[in-house]
Amino acid sequence: MTIGLGHYLTVGAILFTLGIFGIFLNRKNVIIILMSIELILLAVNINLVAFSTHLGDIVGQIYALLVLTVAAAEAAIGLAILVVFYRNRGSIAVEDINLLKG
Amino acid sequence: MIVAAFFYLFAGMCVGSAVMVIAARNPVHSVLYLILAFVNAAGLFVMMGAEFLAMILIVVYVGAVAVLFLFVVMMLDVDFSELKQGVLQFLPIGMLIGGIFLAELVLVVGAWAIGPGVPQAITAPIPTKIPNTEAIGLVLYTRYVYFFEAAGIILLVAMVGAIVLTLHHRVRVRRQDIAAQVARAPRASIEIVKVRPGQGLGGNP
Repeated sequence: MTIGLGHYLTVGAILFTLGIFGIFLNRKNVIIILMSIELILLAVNINLVAFSTHLGDIVGQIYALLVLTVAAAEAAIGLAILVVFYRNRGSIAVEDINLLKG
Repeated sequence: MIVAAFFYLFAGMCVGSAVMVIAARNPVHSVLYLILAFVNAAGLFVMMGAEFLAMILIVVYVGAVAVLFLFVVMMLDVDFSELKQGVLQFLPIGMLIGGIFLAELVLVVGAWAIGPGVPQAITAPIPTKIPNTEAIGLVLYTRYVYFFEAAGIILLVAMVGAIVLTLHHRVRVRRQDIAAQVARAPRASIEIVKVRPGQGLGGNP
């Protein structure tokens, strides 16, 4: 059997759903939520590259590269905020992050 | 046949380790499973023919992002078992929303068709004669050079932001002030006093 575009799109869809599911499942732990966001961006990248190679258009891979850049920047900033928050409050539970609740 | 076997190997490992990322009790294990998921996704990229992105995925994600996660997880002294409580409470709503999402995606994936105008609308066709890295470079540095520069600026801003956020300036710590030390003159610290015999310093017993 041949492996076509649909197979890769299925993998991307499953990974995306797992990322969403992880955010809801680990609502207390910010680190796991950040990792779930990385999973979601990985799924998006798989979709972009699958369409790029299937259609023979290299722009999809360029966009995947840009998504990778943004994902790396987001992880760095998110973890920096997490470290600062832990230093100030001594906790990383999501329900403790309520300073701006008003 | 061998292609299908490798696809199912990579895809199965990728999905399985993604499940373990969100299900593992220990966050260190989560990070390690995340690394495994990324490596298998890189294998999928190689199978699709995007070798450059596969290598970038390994270098950037496994080499930088996942290790950053690992550092942060090990640096924070948090009781993770306490954070893990209440998972079962969130399981139904997570199942519901994840199920709705998966159903929508299955509907989309199951019914897609490439439009008739799409093959004519290709912006930059993948050349067959030159390797993937060279093809990406030929497009990235010419047509999309502004996007490339914007990506560089985003990374710069992220780097500056992370440094500024985590820079810790302690207030009550004595530090060596080299400029003050160098600028100190003998007149400010040494006083020459003439002591007469039998009289002492006078007024200053």
